[in-house]
Amino acid sequence: MDYFELLTSAVEALTLNKLRTALATLGIIIGIGSVIALVSLGQASQASVQSQIESLGANLLTVLPGSQNQGALRGAPGSTETLTYDDAKAIAASSQIPDISAVSPEYQSRAQVSTGQTNSNVQVAGVTGMYETVHNVSMAEGTFITDSENQSLAKVAVIGPQVAADLFGTASPVGQTLRLNGISFTIEGVTVSKGGSGFQNPDNIVYIPLLTAQQQVFGVDYLSNISLSAKSQSVMTSAENEVGYFLLARHHLSDPSKADFSILSQSDILGAASQVTGTFTSLLSGIAAISLLVGGIGIMNIMLVTVTERTREIGLRKALGAKKKTIVSQFLIEAVILTLVGGLLGMLLGIAVSYGISLLISLPFVLSLSSILLALTVSGGIGILFGWYPARKAASLSPIEALRYE
Amino acid sequence: MLIQATRLTKSYKSGLTETVALEDVSFDIKTGEFVAIMGPSGSGKSTLMHMLGALDTPTSGTYLLDGEDISTLSDDELAEIRNKKIGFVFQAFNLLPRTSALKNVMLPMVYGGVPKEKRTDLATKYLRMVGLGDRLLHTTSQLSGGQMQRVAIARALAMNPSIILADEPTGNLASVQGEEIMAIFKKLNAEGHTIIMITHEPDIAAHAERIIAIRDGRLITNRNNKSPKERKKH
Repeated sequence: MDYFELLTSAVEALTLNKLRTALATLGIIIGIGSVIALVSLGQASQASVQSQIESLGANLLTVLPGSQNQGALRGAPGSTETLTYDDAKAIAASSQIPDISAVSPEYQSRAQVSTGQTNSNVQVAGVTGMYETVHNVSMAEGTFITDSENQSLAKVAVIGPQVAADLFGTASPVGQTLRLNGISFTIEGVTVSKGGSGFQNPDNIVYIPLLTAQQQVFGVDYLSNISLSAKSQSVMTSAENEVGYFLLARHHLSDPSKADFSILSQSDILGAASQVTGTFTSLLSGIAAISLLVGGIGIMNIMLVTVTERTREIGLRKALGAKKKTIVSQFLIEAVILTLVGGLLGMLLGIAVSYGISLLISLPFVLSLSSILLALTVSGGIGILFGWYPARKAASLSPIEALRYE
Repeated sequence: MLIQATRLTKSYKSGLTETVALEDVSFDIKTGEFVAIMGPSGSGKSTLMHMLGALDTPTSGTYLLDGEDISTLSDDELAEIRNKKIGFVFQAFNLLPRTSALKNVMLPMVYGGVPKEKRTDLATKYLRMVGLGDRLLHTTSQLSGGQMQRVAIARALAMNPSIILADEPTGNLASVQGEEIMAIFKKLNAEGHTIIMITHEPDIAAHAERIIAIRDGRLITNRNNKSPKERKKH
């Protein structure tokens, strides 16, 4: 059989009733379009969450104090005072922990800052020089806090861009002073915006030397957390174990379930976050797939109407020597053309919509080859699936009955 | 012998009642004959035509076409027989709508696997033969009834079949156009084509060399027409 002839006659048949063809295709366009758009947006938000978490520090492990069990009560992580600066120094110095490249002891609390004219309640972080490395901090202006400033209890501060804007407006804050709990600090740097939000916004923070924070501002001798950088992504788990057993030994604890600290790895956070966005993506894609199914049923309906309308033509074709296979191919090709054209247009629509939305809410635009291939195979498959029954029906018509049909 | 029909019987069952449309019909047709099959409506002549055209198989009896038993073939084998050996001309013309005369004539050749260039050449040749050489690209709606039937005859010739089977070919035409169609059939017959024509009009049947008459599913006459009607002079 001449497939070129089948193809041209299918296209001719479809162009005879343009409005009907367009409406039948619309179901597929909307179905494929919404699947592509939602999958693409889902991948985009996953990528965005991932890059935001990664920007907080590569291969980051966080040791939090607490989770101490007192009788039947389990304390919340971070609620106790079990981590000290000495712990951090020991981790950094220990030869038992080869997979950690940097250790950043931190004490964080909220405090009132003022410049004399304005004041604001911000997060204050007592840090050492390692903080800059562990958390990927980049400086927009000036320099970050150094270890020697920490040792000498220097009264210097580095501020986030939002604090800078809140307290100093557009003027450069470097060299200016701010007051924290009545103590004057000289501002020596401003960090680059990381674009976060919520409780721990890295843009709305004031960094001061750790020892200054512990001894002079807040009067404490413990840490709120220790941040650690593993040497690479692949040694995250062993690094976590090394630190865990080292701290258990240091705190004279033999039973890991009684540990007075907990370790959170970045991959835990990443995994949880991508699981949430992944669930949303598959949920929305599932809904879009239902519209695709409805579109497919629309195609089947139109093809059944077409077969009934063209009963006489089918009878004639069979009388002139068309075999069953030929008639099946003719109607199947018509159905597949309908769905493939619909799939192609739907794909363009989906890409346009997801591009528009990603511009609108400033998400990265992600277009994967797999979703394009998926759209084309699925739409072609729908054509075969839903075109099969009408095509079989056409092919099994008796030529006598079909010729007689009015 | 081109056609050997032996005790052809066709019955239909609907529920408990069995209707016999054709009973014990036997006849032969030789190559090059022009035969008319006559009978009033309901006589079974359409059923006979369906069987001769390999559109249907008999309930019992045998039908040999070119020595091949048609009654035992599958649907697809029948389709091939129809394509290669039978050229149909229908009462209602049955052309593809919104399609050119050329493409209509080419359709059986598409199914018969004739290469594209050859299809166009042959279709042009047959359309010239029926006097439509100047209307190759006219679509069905741009042709008169007589012209449409001539396209149908060209289509019947397309695969150079063993028989041309015409079912009431003049039934939808005015008498002048009907005579033109009959003239074409006679010319084709003179060139050696075998023509079997089903009709209920004695006037049209009178053109044939032999007349087979059917009534109530049985063959009642099978006689030679001593003096086939000449083409009317205008």
